[in-house]
Amino acid sequence: MYSLLVPSFCAINKLSSALFQGGNYIFEFDSFADRDICREFVAAAIAFHGETGKSTSEKPAAALQDEQLSTAEMEHRIKLLQEDNELQRLHKQFVIGGILTEAEFWATRKKLLDQNDRRKPKQRVALKNEMWSVKPLSDGQSNRVTFNLTPEIIHQIFAEKPAVRQAYLKFVPNKMSEKEFWTKYSRAEYLHSTKNVVAAAAEAAEDEELAVFLKQDDMLTNEARRKIRRVDPTLDMEADVGDDYMHLPDHGLLREESKDVLDSQYEPYRRYFSQDLNQHAAVVLQGRVVDVELGDTRSVAEALARTKQAELANEVSDGNLEKDLSHRISRVAEIEDLQGPRDLAVAPLCIKDPRDYFDSQQANALKPLGDAGSGVKTLKFNVSSVEAYGSLRELISEIRVTGLSEPITDPEVAFKVLSGLTQNISSTKYHLGKSPHESILDSLPKVTKEDLLHHWTSIQELLKHFWSSYPITTKYLYTKVTRLKDAMSQVYPKLQVHFVLLDNYNCFLYNGLPTCVYNFSCIFSLNSRKLRNLCSQISGIKFPYLSNQCFRL
Amino acid sequence: MTPVASKLYTDDVSLLMVLIDTNPFFWNSINSTLSFSKFLSNVLPFLNSILLLNQLNQVVLIATGYNSCDYIFYSSASQNHNQRAESLLQKLEEFVAKDESLCREDSVDGPGFSLLSGSLSMALCYIQKVFRSGPLHPRPRILCLHGSPDGPGQYVAIMNAIFSAQRLMVPVDSCILGAQHSAFLQQASYITGGVHLKPQQLDGLFQYLSTVFATDLHSRSFLQLPKPVGVDFRAACFCHKNTIDMGYICSVCLSIFCKHHKQCSTCGSVFG
Repeated sequence: MYSLLVPSFCAINKLSSALFQGGNYIFEFDSFADRDICREFVAAAIAFHGETGKSTSEKPAAALQDEQLSTAEMEHRIKLLQEDNELQRLHKQFVIGGILTEAEFWATRKKLLDQNDRRKPKQRVALKNEMWSVKPLSDGQSNRVTFNLTPEIIHQIFAEKPAVRQAYLKFVPNKMSEKEFWTKYSRAEYLHSTKNVVAAAAEAAEDEELAVFLKQDDMLTNEARRKIRRVDPTLDMEADVGDDYMHLPDHGLLREESKDVLDSQYEPYRRYFSQDLNQHAAVVLQGRVVDVELGDTRSVAEALARTKQAELANEVSDGNLEKDLSHRISRVAEIEDLQGPRDLAVAPLCIKDPRDYFDSQQANALKPLGDAGSGVKTLKFNVSSVEAYGSLRELISEIRVTGLSEPITDPEVAFKVLSGLTQNISSTKYHLGKSPHESILDSLPKVTKEDLLHHWTSIQELLKHFWSSYPITTKYLYTKVTRLKDAMSQVYPKLQVHFVLLDNYNCFLYNGLPTCVYNFSCIFSLNSRKLRNLCSQISGIKFPYLSNQCFRL
Repeated sequence: MTPVASKLYTDDVSLLMVLIDTNPFFWNSINSTLSFSKFLSNVLPFLNSILLLNQLNQVVLIATGYNSCDYIFYSSASQNHNQRAESLLQKLEEFVAKDESLCREDSVDGPGFSLLSGSLSMALCYIQKVFRSGPLHPRPRILCLHGSPDGPGQYVAIMNAIFSAQRLMVPVDSCILGAQHSAFLQQASYITGGVHLKPQQLDGLFQYLSTVFATDLHSRSFLQLPKPVGVDFRAACFCHKNTIDMGYICSVCLSIFCKHHKQCSTCGSVFG
């Protein structure tokens, strides 16, 4: 029990640490003012410790006190580990084994972590192809008709009917509320669906705003006119081959245009289905032009308006379109047979002297080989072909007559040859890496090979961390380096086991492996004596200053 | 050869294409322990021993002449087995006569060049025919018994043949009988994974052949065969014919120069 008269800072600290340890405490105060002050401090202290306590208890025992990771990050890391076996092995070996901390392990793999985050789908959801059908839900009993307007539908309406969008921006929230606006719009749609043009005209005459919805969209017509001017006159017959519009009237859809002839005063109130369909198709194919949250209708409308204006501005400024178009027409419409030959921009390759070109390499290749003449001398003299061929034929007939000799070769000569060959083979046996088809690793049994490769990756990882902690400036780095050094020195006995096993197979590795491990340790050139000493301490090998040690395994 | 069931075709059945050098000027210029008759007396038993190693082994002998090349002997041709050597030598004589008739020069300086590219191509064509004969065929390899020096005019053709052999996975073994090394055959053996050998003692040629070149492809995975010290692949510059490690290359015709030039001397393109 603590009794406080005036809360002091060190007392609060003690209190905080006590709270952190999780006990229960009762405080007694002399006055309410004191209690209130104390309560504030304590609340702050509890909040502070509560956070850290919570986070440490959430994380696994693998020492994550230094970072606060979100669960998403943790999941991400676990997923990465699950996908890659090698990574998991390394993680188990080092982090669970206590050689590296989690933070250090992932510090070198930032790229992996980042990459995955970007795997969120880059595709955007397209617009629905469904035209907002004017078949509202109607109660059979009452005269009410209900329209459902979702933000998605609103977005589509704004995209397809610029007049409605303009009206929205103009009227809402000045003249009417949003609900009223959509009610009016729905009424207009309903009127259209009844196909009663006369009624539509009548209502339009009464209500100005309604008239906007009922009349034909001027903005649309302007847009259409502009588009027509820019249409590519060349026709691609291939593209339309699969489409079949001929057989079904109205493209198979249910709406039909009324064939009545009406007075001209009603003309503006007619709606043509083909126009609607074309506009709808154009909008859907264009896709989502605006990437705005669909919730706020006004912002959607404004965004769309802005895009359209930008498009318009671009068109106006783009004067080259006419030229491009005419170029394209002339290119596509030409008949190949009637064109003159087109001169290519390339010059033909002419090699002046092919013999010289091809011979030069060969003549030189012979030079460094030298002349290892083995008692066989070629005398350069001029021989007539008759003579040469004659002697050849003679020799052939000679052997036909005499037959094969018995024995074929002198035994002594044969023995000499055999021993010479054996010696040659055994001396060149240890020349590694000369043939492109040989691989030391492949000549090992599979288990050994995998083990060796794992040792290699783990040593790589350790070395990466080792060298990244130089220069050693803090105590933390020093302990880290010592930890890594110990881990590395433990690898050597494991490799020695392999040597002993492989020695039994009389493998080439016996000479080669210490060399390559030695090379591991000196991938980076060692400039300072201190570093060299540390490394020789690790590997037990004394080595000199190395400048360009190439890594081979 | 009658076709055999698949399980009888073991790994060590081989088809050996032997290309022997019958350039008369070369054989004439060798003043040594190996005359052409001695050479043949080493090669014929070697061919017999190949045929003895496995009943299904096949041998084809191609002669590389000065003006032409031809197939001399097929082991798969049905003939009296006792008369094999006879017929081989007979055909060889006929080939030499034909080659002489094609000769347009009266005299030749030095050993001359034999048509290695021609015989390599013929060997590869035969191998291709064997590949297409069915799913069951012996594993082919080529053995070049070559002595004439490399003909520079055949460089492109030989390299093409070597690359085709590499694609077909046919090793090209080479045994050099002459005095000088052959860069083409060294490269051929290196690239295709064959064995290259320049015997020190030519009178023991049969011993070399039976020790090194008689090994079939399956056995080569666990037998140690002589390895050459190294093949020099360095290029030579076109201006001085010096071997260089680093140089300038024309991007049009790929000719190599040791110094910076304003214009390529081979194709005439200007370096910008």
